[in-house]
Amino acid sequence: MSVGTVKEVQRRVHMTLQVNGEEIDVSFAPYKTLLEVLREDLGLTGTKHGCELGECGACAVLIDGEPLLSCLTLAVECAGRAIETIEGLAQGTQLHPLQEAFADLGGSQCGYCTPGAVMTAKALLDKEPSPTPQRIKEAMSGNICRCTGYQQIVESVERAAGCCRNAEREAT
Amino acid sequence: MMRLPWFKYCAPKSVAEAAHILAAEGRDAMLIAGGTDLLPNMKRRQQTPATLVSLREVPGLKDVVNGRGLTLGAGLTLNQVVNLPAVKDAYLALHQAAGQVASPHLRNMGTLGGNLCLDTRCLYYNQNEDWRRAIDFCMKCEGETCWVATSSKRCMAVSSTDTAPALIALGANVRLVSAAGEREIAVNDLYQNDGAEYLTRQPDEILTAVSLPDLAGWKSTYWKLRRRGSFDFPILGVAAAVRTAPDGTVLDARIVLGAVSSRPILTEAGGLLQGGKLSDEAIAAAGKKATSAAKPLDNTDLDLYWRKDVVSAFVGYALREIRGDDMSATRLRIMRQL
Amino acid sequence: MSAKRPLEVVGQPRRRVDSRAKVTGQTRFADDLSLPRMLHCKLLRSPHPHAIIEAIDVSRAAAYPGVHLVLTGKDFPVPFGIMPVSQDEYPLAPERVRYVGDSVAAVIARDEKTAEEALELISVTYRALPTISSPEEGLANPQPRIHDYGEQGNIHRNQSYEFGDVEAALATSDHVFEDVFFYEGDTHMALEQQASLASIDGDGKLTLASSAQNPHYLHRQLSAVLQLPASQIRVVAVQNGGGFGGKCDPAGHEMVVSKAALLLGRPVKICLTRQEVFYQHRGRHPVLMKFRTGVTKEGKLTAMHLQTLLDGGAYGSHGPASTFYTGVLTPVTYELPRFKFDACRVFTNKPACGPKRGHGTPQPRFGQEVQLDKIAEKLGLDPAEMRLNMVTKANSLTSNWLGIGSNGLAECIRQVVERSGWKDKHGKLPEGRGIGIAASTYMCGAGVSIYWNKMPHSGVQLLLDRSGQVTVFCGATEVGQGSDDVLASIVAEVLGIGTTQIRCVTGDTGITPIDLGSYSSRVTIMMGNAAMQAAGRVRDLITAAVIEPLETTPEQVVMSQGRVFAADDPNKGMSFVEAVVLAETKFGTLGTVGNYSPPKPPGKFKGSGVGPSPAYSFSACVVETEVDVATGMINIEKVWIAHDIGQSINPVHVRGQVIGGVYMGLGEALMEEQVFRRLPPKLSNALVHKIPSLLEYKTLTSADMPEVEVILIEEPDPNCPYGAKEAGQGPLLPVMPAVANAIWDAVGVRIDEVPITPDKVLRALKLKRAGKNPRVGPEYFPEVPYPEPVFVLPPNESGDGKESKKPERVAANRQTEVTS
Ligand SMILES: Cc1cc2nc3c(=O)[nH]c(=O)nc-3n(C[C@H](O)[C@H](O)[C@H](O)COP(=O)(O)OP(=O)(O)OC[C@H]3O[C@@H](n4cnc5c(N)ncnc54)[C@H](O)[C@@H]3O)c2cc1C
Ligand code: SF4
Ligand code: FES
Ligand code: FES
Repeated sequence: MSVGTVKEVQRRVHMTLQVNGEEIDVSFAPYKTLLEVLREDLGLTGTKHGCELGECGACAVLIDGEPLLSCLTLAVECAGRAIETIEGLAQGTQLHPLQEAFADLGGSQCGYCTPGAVMTAKALLDKEPSPTPQRIKEAMSGNICRCTGYQQIVESVERAAGCCRNAEREAT
Repeated sequence: MMRLPWFKYCAPKSVAEAAHILAAEGRDAMLIAGGTDLLPNMKRRQQTPATLVSLREVPGLKDVVNGRGLTLGAGLTLNQVVNLPAVKDAYLALHQAAGQVASPHLRNMGTLGGNLCLDTRCLYYNQNEDWRRAIDFCMKCEGETCWVATSSKRCMAVSSTDTAPALIALGANVRLVSAAGEREIAVNDLYQNDGAEYLTRQPDEILTAVSLPDLAGWKSTYWKLRRRGSFDFPILGVAAAVRTAPDGTVLDARIVLGAVSSRPILTEAGGLLQGGKLSDEAIAAAGKKATSAAKPLDNTDLDLYWRKDVVSAFVGYALREIRGDDMSATRLRIMRQL
Repeated sequence: MSAKRPLEVVGQPRRRVDSRAKVTGQTRFADDLSLPRMLHCKLLRSPHPHAIIEAIDVSRAAAYPGVHLVLTGKDFPVPFGIMPVSQDEYPLAPERVRYVGDSVAAVIARDEKTAEEALELISVTYRALPTISSPEEGLANPQPRIHDYGEQGNIHRNQSYEFGDVEAALATSDHVFEDVFFYEGDTHMALEQQASLASIDGDGKLTLASSAQNPHYLHRQLSAVLQLPASQIRVVAVQNGGGFGGKCDPAGHEMVVSKAALLLGRPVKICLTRQEVFYQHRGRHPVLMKFRTGVTKEGKLTAMHLQTLLDGGAYGSHGPASTFYTGVLTPVTYELPRFKFDACRVFTNKPACGPKRGHGTPQPRFGQEVQLDKIAEKLGLDPAEMRLNMVTKANSLTSNWLGIGSNGLAECIRQVVERSGWKDKHGKLPEGRGIGIAASTYMCGAGVSIYWNKMPHSGVQLLLDRSGQVTVFCGATEVGQGSDDVLASIVAEVLGIGTTQIRCVTGDTGITPIDLGSYSSRVTIMMGNAAMQAAGRVRDLITAAVIEPLETTPEQVVMSQGRVFAADDPNKGMSFVEAVVLAETKFGTLGTVGNYSPPKPPGKFKGSGVGPSPAYSFSACVVETEVDVATGMINIEKVWIAHDIGQSINPVHVRGQVIGGVYMGLGEALMEEQVFRRLPPKLSNALVHKIPSLLEYKTLTSADMPEVEVILIEEPDPNCPYGAKEAGQGPLLPVMPAVANAIWDAVGVRIDEVPITPDKVLRALKLKRAGKNPRVGPEYFPEVPYPEPVFVLPPNESGDGKESKKPERVAANRQTEVTS
């Protein structure tokens, strides 16, 4: 890292981000990734980090509905994109079916991978309401969990998928 | 928290503007597409461009043109490529290769162009700066010696892109645009066997598109070897494309190896198959031939001798699949996906 | 005292008390904390594996804009270490670095980025020293010494124990088998990277919030290092994002931020990078092992001589205990009349090894269980039957004086055998497919504390008031294993209320009674027993307050489902809240305490403190695998595991612990390894961690994880709360040998080391095809200068548990058979 080049570089940028449906003005150092801005500048510490190099999935958030890694997303590139984090998932105090299922079925042990895993699963269920266990394993294969051995995560996603489908059926 | 170094960021609105910035800034500027290769490298200070030229807002880089053949914008994410029916139907090897890059999230971010330009990899190189300081750096970056082969005059870092072997087997070209002009070259000619200068692309050139020829009558496949069903870079990639006559006689065959050299290797094994049938014997002979081209070294995962040992088996899987054998169980066992 | 009723909370599948916070992202892990005026700390780490620090110049860093403080070794004169006998670490190295990654200086600045930039401005002059990269090198090179304490040269610990005359027993055995095994080191890789935040409270006291498994030990060590009375320090163990033993040792960075906060009067935070977590390590020791095992022709063990050699890394850590654990639990699974055990831990210039899930025991269990498989093969016995025929008995003493209470091992074996279809599969599956079995045991808490004292191992305090709210305080730490849920469940069960009515306050040395921490699978048993006692005392108070209005006797009072009533007239009763009001009215403010100390261990010899436990859990595992003969690639098809849990407190989470253990065991069996690289010595002195990243330190992803079928065996143990034993560590242990044995069954090759990678399998297959011994593993066990053994007669040879003189015997020589 060369300290000398810093002068020519802009020290702070100011922009509006759309996070969990809210427009938020924020100013930050432009080297920051979305992960850093969420956690350090917006206080949204629900999004975790385990490597900051794209190797674990703990930092996964949804951007325009797709699960992406916030540790490899430049915050300066996030203007105008819809960012969803774990903090925005519940409706008021009503948990999302994925949250209910993870809590009830052991999908979360230490809970550190949970935000990234739940958000990834949400993107899956939004697109594919009835994934097979094999499909769930594939979709979740970018989220390292060191505690659960994944089986109860897969079971949680299956249970949540069922609940979402039921809710859908009732609504229509 | 691993953090990026300071950099100047610009987001040109056209290829021309991007090319202009690259021309002006020289080697200090680098393109960023998905950033999934460049940003980890920057965090580890393997690459420290003063200026990042983002391709995100450049229009046209996600275009898909389906005419005679197929043209794919370099800015398509790998998942977008995977989900294109035109790719799955006619260029299965690319579909399979793109679908096995990294992890689901990274495929939502990483682009086709970035994958082709992916930096070469080495366990002595893909490390934090202070780790590399502990080995006094190496020839590829800031140091003198290549620690993998201390008498080597060149860096032997490994070409680790999954899509390049597939695209070479499929006979694809890439379009390179710079302020000075535009050229189209075969993907095979994009690479050179040098871990440090692994691309023939000039630093001021932008890879804008990949064009695939019409491949009616061809079948293709990609087999990837890695430790786990996700995340891991290939430690061997076998892409094969074969055109057969209705009676099964091989008219054309290309077998390309990835991750066993500083560039993807278009082997001579394909030539061996021409004029014959895809018999077990012919497949074994092709496997043997391909093996001799593989030069794995001790700079990536797993034992290097073993990696060479299994080339033949992987070439066999690929060719048997092309022959029409049901390889789905093997595919699922080895790659954890179909 | 009150009436008996069926269990209502314990044993029921339930949402655990902390999971709502986890699924909403509200759980605050250490790096999620921030305070006004908080500063950030980064550490400068040594690029040399072994060197003297000749000079450090921090002046440029100190002058860098945004830097508030730079610390070096001279700011920390007092050493520390988790074990009283190994006080060999410094927060920042004062004059010597011992591995690449040893910390040398710290910068505290306005943000992490500034601190990182300033690190570049510190110049350190090192004088390189010769390095030791393996125990063999350490034995061969007593000089230079990595530490100037220890047994001799670079040997940190060296010990030998003999329970009964082992050579005599081997000499008269029908067969003696000799095998050498190697278990590569690996690391915890908790997903959370350690972080700590130190701050000065309004009253001037220091608070350290940290991802720490054992806040109590950290508290003591902080007090020593900072030379500050413990009463002026509060350690808060924040919820850990996984521990697995990796956050048990007090860590240098915790001391550094504490000191900085004290000097600056401002909050200071540090969060380690993933690479630094690999440096902090304290993971599984690489262990080379030699087993000489005597058996009768019926396949019963007669005696075993086990020798182990541990690669300790650069510091003591839990090493003295780890060294013991490579032997002491070996006799707990099968009857072993005589046992000799030599162990030696050597210092090397690598990150220190320490306790990881199973602490020291997976290595010998791997060797033992693979050797048993070989023995069964040689004797023509079914490996499952052979094991069943010699399992230890409930309420028995092992040859090395460990007291076994409840014992569900036989049932575990029977269950996995039945569920897996073992009898139709073992030896009968087509080439390339195989099935293997192994069994194991683990402690439910170490019987003796890490430092010598006679005080309780766990304390629990309950506070109730007229609102009906129940707050339970305990020093135990939630590391993801569910300890808060266990605590709430036990209190809820005793008081007949739901867990949602309870608030847990845990892991805070400022406000919770001492619990020794989350290690050795001790929490459920020790905290649970303390909680039962505290809750029982509250129940007695409430009972005494309600007998009058209910017009009943204490024996008749039932507390159930939020009500308090008389057993003989259930309609006569009141709500729990009303009952608490009565109790507060009668007795004043309501609070009780409970505590727990484990029973005295049966052994009385020096060293008998490691191994005893109030109870032992047991597990048996069957693995079915495919092995590709062309490539050696292994594909685990399915795992069946039976675990003797005593009693599940919450079956959802017991099952989760078991599957998680299997997952980590499969990782260790197949891919996980903490390995190092030395560059050509002529050109470089480097000795670096080969793969300090999540990408290259391979662990299974969801795509790689096979199906696991869990069978819980519930044989309540009288020493445990509601009979509940541990689940956090035991189920990992049988997995690695079961995998190795399954590979043998599949393709007839023996891989006598972990990880079992496809290249090793293919190498063994080639040996097999060439008609050679189809085995890959360590070739020999080196000469180790073990001391004369401490001799103790086993219980069934009328020993008294004390050291004694070895009886005279006539030397008899017999030929040793080679099993493979
Ligand atoms: C954990 C992890 C695992 C991975 N596993 C794999 C794997 O299995 N297989 C694999 O192939 N890759 C893997 N990758 C690498 C990477 O994710 C992919 O190769 C991805 O496709 C790179 O695309 P990108 O758009 O993110 O590239 P960027 O990071 O944006 O760019 C990569 C390089 O290409 C240059 N570049 C980008 N776009 C252009 C362009 N249009 N013209 C000219 N130059 C350009 C950049 O300057 C840079 O040098 C992995 C990465 C991570 C972090
Ligand atoms: S191959 Fe040699 S020069 Fe190239 S990155 Fe690796 S060690 Fe460095
Ligand atoms: S923190 Fe982003 S992938 Fe690990
Ligand atoms: S629950 Fe701990 S990492 Fe997944």
